[in-house]
Amino acid sequence: MARRVRAAAGLLITPLVPDDVLGTLNPMWSRSAPRARVVRVVRETPDTTTLVLRPGTPFARHVPGQYLGIGLQVAGVWHWRTYSVTSRPGDRLLSVAVTAVPGGILSGRLAHDTPVGTVVGLGPAAGEFTLPEPTPEKLLFVTAGSGITPVMGMLRSLDPAALSGAVLVHCDRTPDDVVFGPELRALAARTGLRLVERHTAGAGRLTPDTLADAVPDWAVRETWACGPAGLLDTLAEHWERVGDPELLHVERFAPKRVGSATGTGGRITFAASGLVADAESDTPVLLAGEAAGALLPNGCRMGICHTCVGKLQAGAVRDLQSGDLIDAADQPGRPVRTCVSAPTGDITLDL
Amino acid sequence: MLRRDPRTTLETVPEDGGEKVSAAAHLTAEQVEALGAELDAIREEVVATRGERDARYIHAVIRAQRGLEFGGRALLLFSKFPPAWIAGTAALSVAKILENMELGHNILHGQWDWMRDPKIHSTTWDWDHVDPAEFWKRSHNYEHHTFTNIRGKDRDLGYTVMRITPEEEWRPKHLLQPFTNIGLSLIFEYGIALYDIETDKIKSGEKPWAEAKPQIAATFRKIGKQAAKDYVLFPLLSGPSALSTLVANLTANTVRNVWSHAVIFCGHFPDGTETFEEERLEGETQGEWYIRQMLGSANLTGSKAMHLMTGNLSHQIEHHLFPDLPSNRYAEIAPRVREICERYGLPYNAGPLPTQYAKVWRKILRLAFPGGHERYGAPKPTPRSRIGKAVRRVAPARLAA
Repeated sequence: MARRVRAAAGLLITPLVPDDVLGTLNPMWSRSAPRARVVRVVRETPDTTTLVLRPGTPFARHVPGQYLGIGLQVAGVWHWRTYSVTSRPGDRLLSVAVTAVPGGILSGRLAHDTPVGTVVGLGPAAGEFTLPEPTPEKLLFVTAGSGITPVMGMLRSLDPAALSGAVLVHCDRTPDDVVFGPELRALAARTGLRLVERHTAGAGRLTPDTLADAVPDWAVRETWACGPAGLLDTLAEHWERVGDPELLHVERFAPKRVGSATGTGGRITFAASGLVADAESDTPVLLAGEAAGALLPNGCRMGICHTCVGKLQAGAVRDLQSGDLIDAADQPGRPVRTCVSAPTGDITLDL
Repeated sequence: MLRRDPRTTLETVPEDGGEKVSAAAHLTAEQVEALGAELDAIREEVVATRGERDARYIHAVIRAQRGLEFGGRALLLFSKFPPAWIAGTAALSVAKILENMELGHNILHGQWDWMRDPKIHSTTWDWDHVDPAEFWKRSHNYEHHTFTNIRGKDRDLGYTVMRITPEEEWRPKHLLQPFTNIGLSLIFEYGIALYDIETDKIKSGEKPWAEAKPQIAATFRKIGKQAAKDYVLFPLLSGPSALSTLVANLTANTVRNVWSHAVIFCGHFPDGTETFEEERLEGETQGEWYIRQMLGSANLTGSKAMHLMTGNLSHQIEHHLFPDLPSNRYAEIAPRVREICERYGLPYNAGPLPTQYAKVWRKILRLAFPGGHERYGAPKPTPRSRIGKAVRRVAPARLAA
């Protein structure tokens, strides 16, 4: 009966759906295109800002360490990027930390130019950079710069008992550059968390040796690391060589690219919409499609979250991260991450 | 009499006597390409400046349209009271016109895809119309906008039921076309849905039944939903006003049909719009394509409100030059397109709706009878082309008008 009533109510507004009506009355009420209002802006450092958001509709719980999509209409065009959630699961308000990236369309605007009251789009939380249940006894976090943000989400959510004995090694240029610096120092003073700050302007970069000096038992600790690609590559190599690679979890903010990996470029046909886009040899399918006006699923836009995956029906693409050639002739319908794949010749995707 | 430049690229030599010369016949190939470059530049300029202002515009139209629709329907719940009936029917009629024309037609063209808003996108939008968006997009965006005014290719020339060009061979059934047109005007949305099913191509076997069957099923589902809304659910909700609400909804749908039919027929059928031979498509350059779109289309003059109510199809010339530019920009570029036409000595066909619509009607009436070649400047059929038409009768599928 209830279903019939709902179906009849739906027919009253066909071809719209109830969500369209709610979204027209107030964008904050839409469930299919969730929105959030910025209720507080906290300037953490000159580059990094915490946006405190009130979601318009109930928001699915995230897991600490995950990121979510933030969308903003810039000059009429919706742009989406992902940012780490720094609030605790179940908090009434969501917090994300945004670091302005030089030349970025969105990050600079979000970090410096987003007044309280701004309505932003909200994507679902995602990401594998999370702590397992139960929390491992011996924890090590290695972060640098804005790499602290996903770890901040974890630290805020862990109870004091779990923090006791945990170590955070954080690198930044100077003490004032440390995002969440005062809060981290207070947290260390209050709980048993050991905070090792390395100020690279004076002390130089973190190396495996200096890490081992600071944390002699690093090899037996389950480690979460986030920061610039150079640091993560060094750590991964070190764990591979003398540690247990299973114990190291890394989160990259920038796609890892094989230097010379490019496609040859080509024409992309999006089967679902019938749209066609031309891409250069190093242009990811996602970017080329968006430039041609296609609506494509996307999340992290750097090969991590697999939100953007489409099935390759014809043709071949080059994976810009691994350099691998993925050819539909080998296996039709192979999933490809559109954000890090460039066409090699003409291709067709099921998106 | 125009003198033809030997280097001209446009329009074939008339078959007999040379009554018909394209209005663009005086242009050299270089001039045609220069004109194309100027139009390209206009397009690029608009694309580069699409932004906040345009986004605000389409959101405002959507909000206004939905406000009018819900407001009108709310009033009609009390439609037994004549003032509520009149105000409600007027609001709903305007809402349906805006929904089909300024929103549906233009969003389905992809004019707003650049915003990347999943709610306002050609691949996700559906309209308050019995023809499902996917079928309309194919017949309209692809066939009509690509083969505009090509006789035998652009099925929109007479919509397969009317003789709208003197070149089309007269048949006795055309005597009925004034009545066909009145009927079509009243039920225009159903006419479009039926037209997109392409019964003529199904009969001839050109369109396989496997393709037609799901389309017909989808169209009937859409008709069912639309009819349930307008003719069952809202009347039921109106309780004692049920019957008057039903009549009001029927009226609003009919007003929308008659209006959109009139606007759309004024787009390509008034006097002075040219039609073209299929051969023209071979090796047609971008400049020549632009010229075909301009010579084949006609504008309506009027107020801002008038342009809005036609979904800016009053700027049919600009729309056909740039089908996927946001509709709010057509009025802005129209003076420049007009100036280009003047400079290159091309006609810019524009007039008020009553005048243009009267011309369309005169043409439909005249061409209901044999002939009409002199009035509409077409070459008279010659023995050679009669042979061609005899062939046409044998193979109607290939050359279906």
